[in-house]
Amino acid sequence: MPQAILALEDGRTFTGESFGATGTSVGEACFNTSMTGYQEVLTDPSYRGQIVAMTYPLIGNYGTNEADNESDIPHVRGFVVNELSTVASCYRNEKPLSEYLSDHNIIGIQRIDTRALTKHLRTRGAMRAALTTEAKSAEEAIEMAKNAAGMEGSDFVKEVSTEKGYHWDPDGTESGLWQIPNVSTGVSAERGPLPPVKHKIVAYDLGVKRNILRSLRQHGFDVEVVGARTSAKDVLAKNPDGVFFSNGPGDPSALDYVHSEMRELIGKKPIFAICLGHQVLAHALGGSTYKLKFGHRGGNQPVKDLRSGKVAITSQNHGFAVDPESLPAHVKVTHINLNDNSVEGIRHRNEPAFSVQYHPEAAPGPHDASYFFQEFSDLIDSTK
Amino acid sequence: MPKDTSIQKILLIGAGPIVIGQGCEFDYSGVQACKALQEEGYTVVLVNSNPATIMTDPEFAARTYIEPITPEVVEKIIIAEKPDALLPTLGGQTALNTAMSLVENGALEKHGVKLIGANAEAIEKGEDRLLFKEAMLKIGLDVPHSGVAHTMAEAEVIAKEIGTFPLIIRPAYTLGGSGGGIAYNREEFENIVTHGLDLSPVTEVLVEESLLGWKEYEMEVMRDHADNCVVICSIENFDPMGVHTGDSITVAPAQTLSDREYQIMRDASFAIIREIGVETGGSNIQFSTDPKTGRMIVIEMNPRVSRSSALASKATGFPIAKIAAKLAVGYTLDELPNDITKETPASFEPTIDYCVVKLPRFTFEKFPAADATLTTQMKAVGEAMAIGRTFKESMQKALRSLETGHSGFSFDGKDPIDVFDENGVLDEAKLEQRISIPTAERIYYLPIAMRAGWSIDRIFELCAIDRWFLANLQEIVTAGENLATLDLRRAKELGFSDVQIALARGTDQDTVRAERKAAGIIPTYRLVDTCAAEFEAATPYFYSTYGDEDESRPSDKRKIMILGGGPNRIGQGIEFDYCCVHAAFALKDLGFETIMVNSNPETVSTDYDTSDKLFFEPLTLEDVLNIYENEDCWGAIVQFGGQTPLNLAADLKRHGVNVIGTSPESIEKAEDREFFIGLLNKLDLKQAPGGTATSKEGAIEVASKIGFPVLVRPSFVLGGRAMMIVYNNEELAHYMDTAVEASPDRPVLVDRFLQDAIEIDVDCISDGETTVVGAIMEHIEQAGVHSGDSACVIPSFSLSDAMLAEITKAAKSLAKELEVIGLMNIQFAVQEGNLYVIEVNPRASRTVPFVSKTIGQPLAKYAAQVMSGERTLKEIGFTDEVIPPHIAVKEAVFPFAKFPGVDTTLSPEMKSTGEVMGIDSDLGLAYAKSQMASGAPLPTGGNLFVSVKDSDKEKVAPIAKQFHDLGFKIHTTAGTAKILKAAGVPITTLHKLHEGRRPTVIDMLKNGEITLIINTPSTDESGRLDGMHIRTTALTQRVPVISTMRGGDASLLAISSLQKGDFGVKPLQDFHE
Repeated sequence: MPQAILALEDGRTFTGESFGATGTSVGEACFNTSMTGYQEVLTDPSYRGQIVAMTYPLIGNYGTNEADNESDIPHVRGFVVNELSTVASCYRNEKPLSEYLSDHNIIGIQRIDTRALTKHLRTRGAMRAALTTEAKSAEEAIEMAKNAAGMEGSDFVKEVSTEKGYHWDPDGTESGLWQIPNVSTGVSAERGPLPPVKHKIVAYDLGVKRNILRSLRQHGFDVEVVGARTSAKDVLAKNPDGVFFSNGPGDPSALDYVHSEMRELIGKKPIFAICLGHQVLAHALGGSTYKLKFGHRGGNQPVKDLRSGKVAITSQNHGFAVDPESLPAHVKVTHINLNDNSVEGIRHRNEPAFSVQYHPEAAPGPHDASYFFQEFSDLIDSTK
Repeated sequence: MPKDTSIQKILLIGAGPIVIGQGCEFDYSGVQACKALQEEGYTVVLVNSNPATIMTDPEFAARTYIEPITPEVVEKIIIAEKPDALLPTLGGQTALNTAMSLVENGALEKHGVKLIGANAEAIEKGEDRLLFKEAMLKIGLDVPHSGVAHTMAEAEVIAKEIGTFPLIIRPAYTLGGSGGGIAYNREEFENIVTHGLDLSPVTEVLVEESLLGWKEYEMEVMRDHADNCVVICSIENFDPMGVHTGDSITVAPAQTLSDREYQIMRDASFAIIREIGVETGGSNIQFSTDPKTGRMIVIEMNPRVSRSSALASKATGFPIAKIAAKLAVGYTLDELPNDITKETPASFEPTIDYCVVKLPRFTFEKFPAADATLTTQMKAVGEAMAIGRTFKESMQKALRSLETGHSGFSFDGKDPIDVFDENGVLDEAKLEQRISIPTAERIYYLPIAMRAGWSIDRIFELCAIDRWFLANLQEIVTAGENLATLDLRRAKELGFSDVQIALARGTDQDTVRAERKAAGIIPTYRLVDTCAAEFEAATPYFYSTYGDEDESRPSDKRKIMILGGGPNRIGQGIEFDYCCVHAAFALKDLGFETIMVNSNPETVSTDYDTSDKLFFEPLTLEDVLNIYENEDCWGAIVQFGGQTPLNLAADLKRHGVNVIGTSPESIEKAEDREFFIGLLNKLDLKQAPGGTATSKEGAIEVASKIGFPVLVRPSFVLGGRAMMIVYNNEELAHYMDTAVEASPDRPVLVDRFLQDAIEIDVDCISDGETTVVGAIMEHIEQAGVHSGDSACVIPSFSLSDAMLAEITKAAKSLAKELEVIGLMNIQFAVQEGNLYVIEVNPRASRTVPFVSKTIGQPLAKYAAQVMSGERTLKEIGFTDEVIPPHIAVKEAVFPFAKFPGVDTTLSPEMKSTGEVMGIDSDLGLAYAKSQMASGAPLPTGGNLFVSVKDSDKEKVAPIAKQFHDLGFKIHTTAGTAKILKAAGVPITTLHKLHEGRRPTVIDMLKNGEITLIINTPSTDESGRLDGMHIRTTALTQRVPVISTMRGGDASLLAISSLQKGDFGVKPLQDFHE
């Protein structure tokens, strides 16, 4: 196996074995603490511009398959694992992870101390990094890291948002709930049935995950997906029952062109937003966001719903957060992260608009928070 | 929700004696619960019959009842203590069943006691197969095709419906799946169903579709009053379905589930805990998945903390039992802090960045007649856990933690050789069989197949162990084949031990160690932090791996390392962990930093709260030295953890470890025959005549000199491993050929067997100046039964004051001569007024906790204090033997019910897994309570069957007479009848079994007409077989068997005390006022 180097801008380097593609890639190094779901992580457009390290040390165990993709291609700039499995053991496996990454030209590195890396990022903060099989020396790799663009102020949405609008899953073949066979109930392994369409909405694609679209459809939404630069006027012209803003990569403050359109839509249409969309809502309402030291990335983050007092274990992937101090009085914080008390959900007190920082659609991660989609449906009902 | 202030006093039921399926994990959970509830200001009333537990130390509860865990006794305690609530979910199946009985008989309602932690309905729904299945179907989950039968006929109807063999049979409400099995044909089906119906207290078995070869998973789930649910840990079984999870190699977290599958399992777990109605606390839910289709079946749930939850706690650092106790009194998960991070709440799911492997530890060598195939009935007696960054590293560490002589996964010169013929040619058919049948040894055959070039697919077809596991093992084998030249760091990353590397390089482990250290290849210690390093962790719980950074942060305090006992086995169990825990507490109090090293996840010693630093590591020379050097310890304690650390003592000392307390030389010397004889001569003490032998011929020569019967045993063992009484040359030759590997270093001891002697155990403590006898324990059974298997009594009840004084003097002089600092155990035999020394062990013994609880003095704590050199016994204030005014009886508990067909006769080889204590002011009642607690309560009347060997016939007559006087009807067979008639005992004579005429005692037993048996093993063949049949039938019918004459005397005392009226209950705190 050829050697690969992961170099951080502050001079720390990790030398390991290369897998997947070869070459050089730069981005922001971050870590994800999910023990399962590496394929969903790879293909989540929110990871655009990032070199992702998995804290769970054994990765690739169950291979990859088409059904678990959250978008057409992997978006990470590089993938860092402690040990890549030599075998993909699962009836669902279609392609081993290494081959999948090679096919998509993603550089991987294994046999580095990912815990040491995690601790480094935890104490020093997420930072620029280079993952390379080409650098002749550690110093050269560090230079590559230093020359990378930082995450703050970066607009990666433009790289991942759809160019052309499209109608999500018009014939309902993609969105049914993924199921396992159940002899007692007679359920086969095919996707589950869908409810009839109840609401037609427009979804801003800031880097949308497929499971968000599937979840929307599962809750009776017919979804027309539009690009990030779609104007409010165009959206209103379609007269949807509601507007949705998706997750996505990069710094929410760099997205003025989305803030302004969302501001136009608030009060005119019920709005629901997830992740980057949530941060955009904060901006659109006059609030601001800040960069977290090393972000929340994983599937075990406890979030308290301040309305019910209930705690959900949530799937998260965000490097920025909404500043609660910045929010105007008419915006209420509805959810907080119990680990660091950061804002995880907000709601407009007077207008039908709410958002959530984490991922109710899961994929990967727990399903505890899927109630948000129903809340959106109820919200639309209540405003009709 | 804050805590419940409507309750102040909580009754906690422990799990009772250690048995297969219910080990010391419940001491761990019980201790956590007691601490948690006391911390919240509740008054804790505890009942547990097991004196070897930490939880029954008086400081862990306000009122500690060491009394039998039966509904009757617990009701007495309720009446005495008037608790507000009963918490039944932390004491295993014993506590749950007892609590359910108290619900069913109305006692809880009558006395106004609220059940907390789980309600009766939920317990029933979770435990009753039929209700559980209905509940699963109701929430849309998949279950195996099955049916519940209460009779053989019902079982047959169900079998017909399912249509194909194999079929799984699971009896309801039994421990560790006891009585269950897999039937491949009709005959097996009938046998297992019959046995299962017998064993089930509700005469109920489940017959179900076989999922053999499917994957098996466990989820450890918690729920609070506010309906917040979290998964603490997922576990994947290495062994596929068909092997009880307690007998399976298990791995955490689950390795081969994609996120979608995992989340479906997680959702199902929450749906189940909600539907069953477990309002608060932890539950364990088992699933199985079809590796071909992903179909997921719910197997079962335990609505309580379990062995798996203890494992999950150790695997993740999340203290399930502690949190469960706090949830039971009303807290919600988000109100409780995560102990490890301190800053984040308990309402999260641990994420780990390492791989945990648990291996079961078996003791089939103790039960050669038992079927060693692993099935749905648990047979393991202990377990070892290891943590590493990869499965490969963890597996190799776990294998060397298991202490079965292996130093890792193969490459240690210990591969089994029985699949090769004398020319070294592999017998493929035999190897296929070894791999396809699940046994304790299967793991050791896998590398042979891999080295022979068998493909992973071929191996998979045989054993259905997931290919991911097999591929990882294959990588170890591939690397191992080049171990001689493999990069040293890479070898260590793969988990290879110095011993394996040395073997490959033709050198010794010291050389490898030196080279490794010179190259800077030393382990890094990592925190078990519940969060994969996302947050800073506060709790010092570590494992080793070969990585970039060490996180152990050694302090500059004076540190003492305490070596634990490793996996539990027969002869080395919870008693030694008890001593290690006490050492940690005592040394902490003296200002030392305590460093605990152990590999047993069931223990209190591996609770990160017990010591200042916990290292979850194998107890091998390499691993222990690494920690000692990394921490720069001041000293190490080896005499508390049983034989495991003792075996390391000399090597540790050679490497510069300061072994504190009695020197390793003294410990070794006590085992040295020559030295020992000299020592006894010097002290004018007697020993049974004997000698040592390193060969068959030598043994026969010794025996001919001293005369048969002789007691033979290897040196350096605990638990009487391979210890036997042999009566002639033939038996002796057979023993030397098969039972032991004698060598000049490890000779076999051959001693005259002292017949009909009274055996005495003495625990004492010395600081080098003062020696104090902890207790002189008089055994109920005569010498010849292993001391761990005998009932024993404090204080002695039949010895003269002069003899007691002689014993005390002998103990003190032995302590002085052996320069004991710390604990010492001596076994004596008294025969015809003469005192013989059987054995001296200058270390902690199995009886230390029993003695400590009886006399109200923590011997192990004192021992640790004197060993540290910081305190003398005078300074502690313990200078005189305490003769308690009350009487305590320790009784052994056996696993025979798990090993059908194994003879229940007691011998010098230890077979018990646990112990109970009966305590009272009356000897008869103390003994009666001990029998009650051991699960074999003595009857107060009915039919007594007497059949003894010839040499006991004279002695049994007066015993039988007294039973008659107590109102028993005596039944016997011809031989014994003659003597009894002559002695004037009215009897009924039954046919002997081998005569073929009916009815026999077996018929009466099966009809429930016999209440008690006195039987001693006959020496002739037909009598021996009859006796075995009677004893095993009695076992399944739960009829107590008295197997010694002295046991008969004790039972008479007990029964006559029971007949006099009701007995009382009294907490330890009142005994030691």
